Amino acid sequence: MYFAAEVLEQSSTMRQKWEDEVRKVIAKNPDQKPRWSTVSDLEIRRLYGPEDIKDMDFANDIGYPGQYPYLRGNQPTGYRGKYWTFRMFSGMGDAKTTNQRWHLLLKEGQTGLSTAFDFPTLMGYDTDSPKARGECGKCGVAIDTLEDFMQLVDGIPMDRVTTSMTINPPATALWAMYCAAAELRGIPLTKIGGTIQNDMLKEFIAQKTLMCPPDPSVKLISDTVEFGTKHVPRWNTISISGYHIREAGSTAVQELAFTLRDGMEYVEDVLRRKGLDVDEFAPRLSFFYNSHIDFFEEIAKLRAARRIWAKAMRERYNSKDPRSWWMRFHTQTAGCSLTAQQPYNNVVRTATEALAAVLGGTQSLHTNSLDEVLCLPSDHAVQIALRTQQIIAEETGAANTIDPLAGSYFVEALTNEMEEKAWEYIHKIDEMGGMVAAIEKGFPQLEIADAAYTYQRQIDAGEKIMIGINKYVSPEATPIPLVEIDDSVELQQIERLNAVRRKRDNKAVKRALDDIKAACKKGDNVMPYCIEAVKSLASVQEICDVYREVYGEYRDPGLY
Amino acid sequence: MADKKIRVMVAKPGLDGHDRGARVLARCFRDAGFEVIYTGCHQTPEQIASAAIQEDVDVVGLSCLSGAHRYLFPAVAKLLKEQGADDITVVGGGIIPEQDFQMLYDAGLKAVWVPGATLDSIVEWFRTNVQPRN
Amino acid sequence: MEKVKKIKGGDVRTASRLIRNLEDGVIEARSTIKHIFPLTGRAHVIGLTGSPGAGKSTLVDGLVESFRKKDKTVGVLAVDPTSPFTGGAILGDRIRMQRHAEDPGVFVRSLATRGALGGLAKAVGDAIHILDVMGKDKVIVETVGTGQQEVDIINHSHTVLVVLIPGMGDEIQAIKAGIMEIADIFVINKADREGSSKLRREIMAMLDMAPPETFAAGWRPPIIRVDNAFEPEGFGKSLEELSATIEKHYEHLVQHNLIGSRVRRKAAVELNEAIRNSVLEPVLNRLVQDGEIEGMIQKLINKETDPYTLADDVARRYLKECDA
Repeated sequence: MYFAAEVLEQSSTMRQKWEDEVRKVIAKNPDQKPRWSTVSDLEIRRLYGPEDIKDMDFANDIGYPGQYPYLRGNQPTGYRGKYWTFRMFSGMGDAKTTNQRWHLLLKEGQTGLSTAFDFPTLMGYDTDSPKARGECGKCGVAIDTLEDFMQLVDGIPMDRVTTSMTINPPATALWAMYCAAAELRGIPLTKIGGTIQNDMLKEFIAQKTLMCPPDPSVKLISDTVEFGTKHVPRWNTISISGYHIREAGSTAVQELAFTLRDGMEYVEDVLRRKGLDVDEFAPRLSFFYNSHIDFFEEIAKLRAARRIWAKAMRERYNSKDPRSWWMRFHTQTAGCSLTAQQPYNNVVRTATEALAAVLGGTQSLHTNSLDEVLCLPSDHAVQIALRTQQIIAEETGAANTIDPLAGSYFVEALTNEMEEKAWEYIHKIDEMGGMVAAIEKGFPQLEIADAAYTYQRQIDAGEKIMIGINKYVSPEATPIPLVEIDDSVELQQIERLNAVRRKRDNKAVKRALDDIKAACKKGDNVMPYCIEAVKSLASVQEICDVYREVYGEYRDPGLY
Repeated sequence: MADKKIRVMVAKPGLDGHDRGARVLARCFRDAGFEVIYTGCHQTPEQIASAAIQEDVDVVGLSCLSGAHRYLFPAVAKLLKEQGADDITVVGGGIIPEQDFQMLYDAGLKAVWVPGATLDSIVEWFRTNVQPRN
Repeated sequence: MEKVKKIKGGDVRTASRLIRNLEDGVIEARSTIKHIFPLTGRAHVIGLTGSPGAGKSTLVDGLVESFRKKDKTVGVLAVDPTSPFTGGAILGDRIRMQRHAEDPGVFVRSLATRGALGGLAKAVGDAIHILDVMGKDKVIVETVGTGQQEVDIINHSHTVLVVLIPGMGDEIQAIKAGIMEIADIFVINKADREGSSKLRREIMAMLDMAPPETFAAGWRPPIIRVDNAFEPEGFGKSLEELSATIEKHYEHLVQHNLIGSRVRRKAAVELNEAIRNSVLEPVLNRLVQDGEIEGMIQKLINKETDPYTLADDVARRYLKECDA
């Protein structure tokens, strides 16, 4: 028992008195609304007290930082040794433009890079594909071949700065480019560090960046995990992401449950397919969460996530290495919480969400810019967003002490509740035969669609509030400067691609692609062949076309 | 007895897969009593125009969050016109800066919505501006 | 008729608008059908039924591809349910077939049930005629798939495919409930799943129990296994086998002069439906317009009379040659 019996007894008497008082007050002065709930519609009580957490077991449920179950963080020193990584997601136009933005961010005190690719790159198409029309450079950087990539990392100290790449179906091709670029610059693969998102399950569930069916998609991911384990030890080969699940409209609990169950699916696949020991690769699994607007719910979610993962790794997979039990994660503030109306309010939202992420113990953070609901972020807006992190780190005192909300009746109770509800989902998916099977049934997709629809209906009905949307609406628009990617970027990029095609040895490209195909058919690891292919200047689409040919193309089943 | 229904196609042109809005709207239109044809993600303008004609819809609603609306939305409107189907109303929504509204209207779109538009206001617009045709 | 000429020429706009008007119950649309009807009878109509999640749309998509490879033109009518509460519908079958959207040899049309029972929409019969006259070699009709008795499909098809998937348990119940009798071909979809052989054995056992005269001119419904659509090679091969079996069934109908009995069945249903439209609907419309129907309902609520007496009254007034 978490409290001594006399404390609970005292509390019970005092609670009785308080409840009587509440009843009297309400009779005269009713509450503003009958039901108070989180943004995810989780009902919240008026007050939390010792009885709400009385069943907790201190050693097993709370403990200390750097100790199982890591509720209070992985690091024994918290943020005192090192703040979280200030990692702003950026990419726009062509490689040169993005490279300039990266240098600006590093100069401004950013400590890690994070790459946004444009849609053709994300989907494994070259800029000149008919499917890519109008998309080039619009929401990220356009990369067709290694030549573009060399320009992207020009002047970036690849042995010192870690780089995250948000890339999923073509992850093997883009990671191969990063590896090849390092090699060409004389940096050994053991020295480079970073993350590829490489999480296909959440694409099927939420974001729909789709290429091949689930099973071969997971196979390609296991290839990268194996290659990283053996050759690129400082690389996180997968960033298991809840961010997009949440942006697609899930609740916090769904984000937690589906993300962690995705993580378990990957662990099981690598164990089955690659025969590695769990502790050989699990320490390099990383996670990526959303920090939404409901402050305490987010803190509780992140704390619960750490505890669930530690338990799962130790108990489900018999992992022995504490580093496998750590859930290391990046966080991004919630794009879907921002409003196009009164855009400066977004600075306040982002700051609150960033603070929640820090209090939840994130290792890395992206803060959204105020204009991201309208367009790509401007230099000025990005600077405010980065400064938001720096202010939280260095002015507010939020990083002074580790996990400052631990022991709060409310935060611990909410953390427990989210963990319980997440396990319910996880067990349900287990019963369905795992996440791939659940996805084929459309289970997570439809759960999220229901939540998204419910939320939108609540906004329409004024049951949930978004300032500037359904309350305190101002009639006049606030003009803000907007970044525009010129349509001419597309033509220039196509020209560059054609120039590469003219100058490269096309026979060598074909040989390299045939090697990838053979590896796919034999079930060998594709990574070494991908590195050779990108060095021969094969394009992203040429590599992805091999996958599409061998594994087939997956089309959005459009569940609603 | 004649029982005319508004038929709407909800379509996602381009490579962007962010379909939260499209799917929420599809449900909302169904609940408003419309017949909704949903195309799923990753459609080319050609696929959308051709499907809209085969389905004989009254409206095509396009959703795009990638920034490629400047190419994709006008392309759909133009293809419909070329195939003699400019009586099909084209509307759109997504991450669309206000400065692009005019070029979309010029291209033939009848309405553009950005994040924050309420479902009810969109349904209301449809009820006022779209009549099932003969 | 200008419209009929256009439809014969394959004009998509005219055809889709006519289907639309038939769905909406526009009276003039029926007169166009009068000119369409004599031109019909060319197309091979294939019906697909099966429970939700059986993968019918993906199967249709695969069949379209397979027929297109053999240069057959294809029309698809995909039926989805109308919400009984709002009258709206989300028609999502098309999503799986969108890759054919640009192929002029393929026409896909989604229909909502709008209250029709039996797994189809009211306009399906006429829509089939329209696709037929457009020159589609194959017309594929996909039923709602509510898992209930969807037997109407047999009235409209030459070849009925019943699609089942392993491990659902309720399949056999569905078969017992009457789908069994309508199948010309059984499809075990997603056959890589556990329980596939068991399902096959169960269908075989049921076929073994059926009296021999069930199988018209000796056509015992074959059982085709279709691999998971996520395995492109296997799926493609299964689809070739399936489309070949469909062709074989059609040849069987032709060889044994069985097309006639299918045509007769469809004709009877259509006549029934048309009489209902021409006789009942105008009468009902009149009663509604005059407001008379409200008074009649009130009388029933007050127990002043009964429905049969009222109906006989109406018949006496409107139907001269009927001794009601």
